[in-house]
Amino acid sequence: MKIRKNVAVSDNGFLFNPLTGDSYSVNQIGQEIIRYLKNGKSEEEIKQTITDEYMIDLNTVEKDYLDFERMLTAYKLGE
Amino acid sequence: MDKKQYERPIIKPLNTGLMNKFGTKTEYTPMTHIDGNKVSDLLEKYGSPLFVLSERKIRENIRSAKRIFETRYPKVQFAWSYKTNYLNAVCNIFHQEGSWGEVVSMFEYEKAMKNGVPTDKILFNGPDKTDEDLIVAINNNSPIHIDHLDELYRLTELAKEMHKKPRVAIRVNMDTGIYPMWDRFGFNYENGQAWEAINKIMASETLDLIGLHCHIGTFMLMASAYGVAASKMADLAQGIKKRYNKTITYIDMGGGFASKNTLKGAYQPGTDTVPEIHEYAEAITTALLNAGFDNDDLPYLYLETGRALIDDAGFLLGSVISNKRLSDGRRATIMDFGVNILFTAFWYNHKISPAQEFSHHTEDTVMYGPLCMNIDVVRENVTMPPLNKGDNVVVHYVGAYNITQSMQFISLRPAVVLIDTKGNPHIIKNKESLEDVEVKEVKPEYLSTFEL
Repeated sequence: MKIRKNVAVSDNGFLFNPLTGDSYSVNQIGQEIIRYLKNGKSEEEIKQTITDEYMIDLNTVEKDYLDFERMLTAYKLGE
Repeated sequence: MDKKQYERPIIKPLNTGLMNKFGTKTEYTPMTHIDGNKVSDLLEKYGSPLFVLSERKIRENIRSAKRIFETRYPKVQFAWSYKTNYLNAVCNIFHQEGSWGEVVSMFEYEKAMKNGVPTDKILFNGPDKTDEDLIVAINNNSPIHIDHLDELYRLTELAKEMHKKPRVAIRVNMDTGIYPMWDRFGFNYENGQAWEAINKIMASETLDLIGLHCHIGTFMLMASAYGVAASKMADLAQGIKKRYNKTITYIDMGGGFASKNTLKGAYQPGTDTVPEIHEYAEAITTALLNAGFDNDDLPYLYLETGRALIDDAGFLLGSVISNKRLSDGRRATIMDFGVNILFTAFWYNHKISPAQEFSHHTEDTVMYGPLCMNIDVVRENVTMPPLNKGDNVVVHYVGAYNITQSMQFISLRPAVVLIDTKGNPHIIKNKESLEDVEVKEVKPEYLSTFEL
């Protein structure tokens, strides 16, 4: 998945979508995933990075990542 | 390198519009300990889910209620409503604090007797008393609260046969200005049924009318209704004195005081809207004291308060089984406790807290129980931090009715732990086992084998 270039995320998790005019609140790990996606990281790389940095297993990350990606798509934040 | 604490990624739309005019805050402050015991430790030791009762809170509640009433009225007697929570340990806390027993069946009556309550201090309520039940109560000199004319007639016959004079009260229902009016228990005040019953008792000379009882409703949100009820009860008592020169020993105002739970459909949380005990006390005692009783005739005030004395002392601890996304985009969280053990989820929006620290981000979620039944919904919509599988939560205000009304349905019922006033946990009911459930089953021999 790719995040649209004009989607802006602030350091405290405020996300603005200029396409729809909607704004969102994103938690820390959600912000990190969005930044990784904007920087072109692959899904596998992102999941591995999270597993390396956080106390969590890969299965949980996979499940949560899929759900988060689906929500980003539903909110029209992807390209 | 130490790894960081994981939190599920969430994105939540920010809606602009009118502010919430009720100004209620989101309730997700973590509750990590109960009376000094870590929630996760309790669940590890006794299994999940788990009911936990705080003895400290129970004693605080009954002592506070007694003080509130006794400072307003000279003759007060509480009787513990067994049906609210009849675990023996719980009943005995109330009995240690001076409460009598109030029962509505022979099963509860026997429980109270086994707990050691003197039988003349067991108030026998309820519409279903068999001949055997009445005979036991008559022999034991227990106050019998008559619910209907059939019971009155039968009691009169039994008294004659047994050559005894049972101590009785009549249950009175009345219009106190609230809706719906509870008129199914006892005899109506306004239409004259109550006086008919009183006249029959006084004419029979086989029953000793010592009290008047009412139970005007449950989860009463208007304290003033009790004032109306107490006035009408006092009017009856004074009428009996005038007509028969008979002094009524006690007026029993029953139960019905609300706990701090939030009823479904309520705009504001119960903590903000439910009357305090002193408001009920003020309404009742003012009405009785202003009724014009002679000092010698001032009746005892009996109270059968249940819910308001124990609901906030009970917690249900549980764990997350899974998270999922519903087809309409809503978050759903599946817990390991359902409506089979949290019966009150049908009429309360229970306050639920996470039992571990989280960031300030939250999600709206539907909270389901584990039963394979569509009705198993613990909360239709609750704001929670992102819960992971295995995370723990605390459900508040569950001390009343859940343990007595819990069903063995699909899964086994959990253990109940009491935390004593020093912070030590004690098992007061073990987790149910398959053997417990099957102990009363009988399998005919011809059904003992099969081939597949």
